[in-house]
Amino acid sequence: MNKIEGTNDFVIRFATVNGSGSASANNLFARSLFRMGLAVSAKNIFPSNIQGLPTWYEVRVSTSGSLARRGGVDMVVAVNGQTLRQDYVSLEPGGYFFFDSSKQLPEDFTRSDITLIGIPLTLLVNEAFAGSKQRPLLQNIVYVGAVAALLDMDLSMLKNGIGRQFAKKPALAEANLKALELGHSYAREHHADACLLRVRGNRRTDNAIMMDGNTAAALGALYAGATVVGWYPITPSTSVIEAFARYAGRFRLDEEGRLRVAIVQAEDELAAIGMVIGASWNGARSFTATSGPGFSLMNEFLGLAYFAEIPAVLINVQRVGPSTGMPTRTQQSDVLSCAYASHGDTKHVLLFPSTPAECFELTATAFDLAEELQTPVIVLSDLDLGMNEHVSPPLEWNDELAYQRGRVLDAVALAVLAEKAEKWGRYLDRDGDGIPWRTLPGTDPERGVYFTRGTSHNEFSGYTEDSAEYVKNMQRLSLKWETAKLKVPAALIQVGETTPGFATSPGLIYYGTSYAAVEEAAALLAQDYGLKPAILRLRAFPFGPEVADFLKQHRPIIVVEQNRDGQMRQLLINECSNECGVAPVDVLSLTLYDGMPLASREVLSGLRQLLDEHGLPEASSQSRQGESA
Amino acid sequence: MSFTRPSFRNPDIQPNAAGYSRRDYEGLISTLCAGCGHDSITSAIIQACFELSLPPHRIAKLSGIGCSSKTPAYFLAKSHGFNSVHGRMPAIATGANMANRDLIYLGVSGDGDTASIGMGQFVHVVRRNLNMVYIVMNNGCYGLTKGQYSATADKGSRSRKGAVNLLESIDLCEMAIQLGAGFVGRSFSGDKEQLVPLLKAALSHHGLSFLDVISPCVTFNNNPESTKSYHWVREHREESSGLDFVPFRQTINTSYSDGTTEAITLHDESVIYLHKPKAGPSITDRRMAIDALEDHKAKGRLLTGALYINPESQDTHDLLNTCREPLNSLGKDELCPGATVLAQINEAYR
Repeated sequence: MNKIEGTNDFVIRFATVNGSGSASANNLFARSLFRMGLAVSAKNIFPSNIQGLPTWYEVRVSTSGSLARRGGVDMVVAVNGQTLRQDYVSLEPGGYFFFDSSKQLPEDFTRSDITLIGIPLTLLVNEAFAGSKQRPLLQNIVYVGAVAALLDMDLSMLKNGIGRQFAKKPALAEANLKALELGHSYAREHHADACLLRVRGNRRTDNAIMMDGNTAAALGALYAGATVVGWYPITPSTSVIEAFARYAGRFRLDEEGRLRVAIVQAEDELAAIGMVIGASWNGARSFTATSGPGFSLMNEFLGLAYFAEIPAVLINVQRVGPSTGMPTRTQQSDVLSCAYASHGDTKHVLLFPSTPAECFELTATAFDLAEELQTPVIVLSDLDLGMNEHVSPPLEWNDELAYQRGRVLDAVALAVLAEKAEKWGRYLDRDGDGIPWRTLPGTDPERGVYFTRGTSHNEFSGYTEDSAEYVKNMQRLSLKWETAKLKVPAALIQVGETTPGFATSPGLIYYGTSYAAVEEAAALLAQDYGLKPAILRLRAFPFGPEVADFLKQHRPIIVVEQNRDGQMRQLLINECSNECGVAPVDVLSLTLYDGMPLASREVLSGLRQLLDEHGLPEASSQSRQGESA
Repeated sequence: MSFTRPSFRNPDIQPNAAGYSRRDYEGLISTLCAGCGHDSITSAIIQACFELSLPPHRIAKLSGIGCSSKTPAYFLAKSHGFNSVHGRMPAIATGANMANRDLIYLGVSGDGDTASIGMGQFVHVVRRNLNMVYIVMNNGCYGLTKGQYSATADKGSRSRKGAVNLLESIDLCEMAIQLGAGFVGRSFSGDKEQLVPLLKAALSHHGLSFLDVISPCVTFNNNPESTKSYHWVREHREESSGLDFVPFRQTINTSYSDGTTEAITLHDESVIYLHKPKAGPSITDRRMAIDALEDHKAKGRLLTGALYINPESQDTHDLLNTCREPLNSLGKDELCPGATVLAQINEAYR
């Protein structure tokens, strides 16, 4: 048997029961690897349940620096009886099966291509600790200690982590440290040379942070000056608001201890977005966070905000649909429903962050865009980005930059207009870019008052059923959309190379959390096949001119995304084909949508299949990384 | 029919204390049916705001969808208005109020807009005790879609075509009292004497003031067998008490000595005087207020007037402990923790 070996390059999966406290032990392990400077990706694969169902925590470290989930499992820590068989079967040949040997394995567990590592977790804990409440929690730390020993991992980071976690509870810190040593010394003693996986500290991720995207988005809203939040709890978006409230409690108190923010838990998502629209109409920066089912409920109000031209910021942390779907699994399947949300002709600005740093940056940008364009802006995150902790560049903020509050006339500006006898109407296009000027309630006793409505309105916001006035207004909204194309963050492009067998270099398009897996798969394509496609990462809708250019220049185009129907592909064809002449047949789709965070092996395998049909050359070398799972 | 308002005004009408004429509180000409109760309520709103000398631009008027929700176009032309979507005025009002606590929020809704499609929003805006006036122009039917019963239509009430409503009606006042509204009243569009002081008290109250105003639909629900008709309401109405409203800072030059007058001092030190026909239950007691409504209902009578007042009521801002300045007035200096703090936050995630 060839055991899998490698230093700083493997996948370990912890199979546990949810509600057993394993998450914090697993997190301790992953964060310690991060603090040692390794490129680590940690994915919590959890059920929509509070206690008793299977949960997995998958940790990957890579020498290449990739932060993607890889696919395949090299070591499984199988401490959940419910999934023991599944975990046993799914292990890679040459892998390591870590189990609680307090109980015997079933007789038909007869694989000869893996290494069994039995540690009597239950017995060890029962001998060493009293208290039925404490034991299961400490058992988690025992397996972490044992895994550390198997990997020949320096314990100091783990010990520091325990110290930090229990800084205010010395008795618990002591018990946890004891549990860590217990697992560590048992594994050393009984399985000294069993495992050929190793971790060694390096300083690869020196400046990076390890943060979940929801916290980063919350900080983006805090920094952008959001003062009113309307929200309704829904997985996986809830922690955006929880993090926002936590930081607001620290950084938004005035001298009297009063809050410079109003966070209102609404009765439903209809009310949540209504509050955001009411507050934005009245001149506050306001946002909500939600997920698929909540977003569906917000549709009617989004149409109002689009038509009445009211700023609104919405963070949609996507989960698996349709309907209730899989609430704790990830997907990018709300692209079309967000792009065209609500009845009638509507279009909405979308932003696609790929990392926590971008969740911060693009959420802050969303507030500027919403006010500049006077329209809803939707930040499309997902469960993987929002709830998993990602190694990310640090969050960055420039104190010199002012908030872009858009076209708002105050009393002085209104007086100047009146003096010059210039016309103002709420929906009058004075600047030729489709963006009108608004006023806020309470501004001036005599000037600037208007009536906001979702009914058809003329330039002066009067009700109208006049066809010509209606059409004129809709055309101005189209012009505003054209203006938006130049204001939203541009797509990021990596130039490709022409490859033998291809008339032009192929083009890859992706967005959001597909980032790490697609970049890794593309690097492997270059390494193994000498094929270097051009890559475009979308960061916003509407698409800027660079997107149409890219579609024009490359064949084939492959859009990688995490939904069944190739929603972004549809959106690209729908929005760009008139402009750039791209034919639907030239835009291929690679869709991976099983609800798991995207794995680089799956992306590579999918890309190979698609490119094979277009003359992919023979592989020049085959690394183990490159094998499809 | 004339669609322009005559410019002539009675020169004897004096401007109010803030220097505004009554005209400054008017709006466009109504396009509702001639005789619609809603137009009388519109007129009472204009009168109440004029008498209170409220600066029109410091009022925001909000509504949902329906005949009633059209009325904000017909009053307070110098106020920002927001005609939102069906049943969702409370959410817009909540957001707007959170953004700027210094304006006066006047929400107008109907019985369909509130008691059916907007029931969830109504219930929760009351629970939050948002500082606003919430008026339901209640005619028991859907006017714009031509007369279907609404959820406030009384059981047994007959429509113009003779159909009997078989479903229980929802009493919005009882619900509002139960859910924590600070001020609850019921009135009749045909009784300005009662409605104007009620509106003035509601506008001065701190917290949610809910007014259910029976407002007959002359086109679809004004037959004598309908309990929302002019005829029926006039015949069956009883007043909880006469009501005088004395705004903050106005000299109190009346005195009552009959032993049945109750004085209630509001948050802003305005005073409401209630004159009862005989000594009765206090309207600052929630249970008594609900009992009084039920007692009259059992007798086939409709109780109107101020029904419940909580002078101590705390509004949403009080409950959320938000700062005194309007949130929409805060700038980057007060809101953004800055790059140095962000560096510390980054460090905590290393």
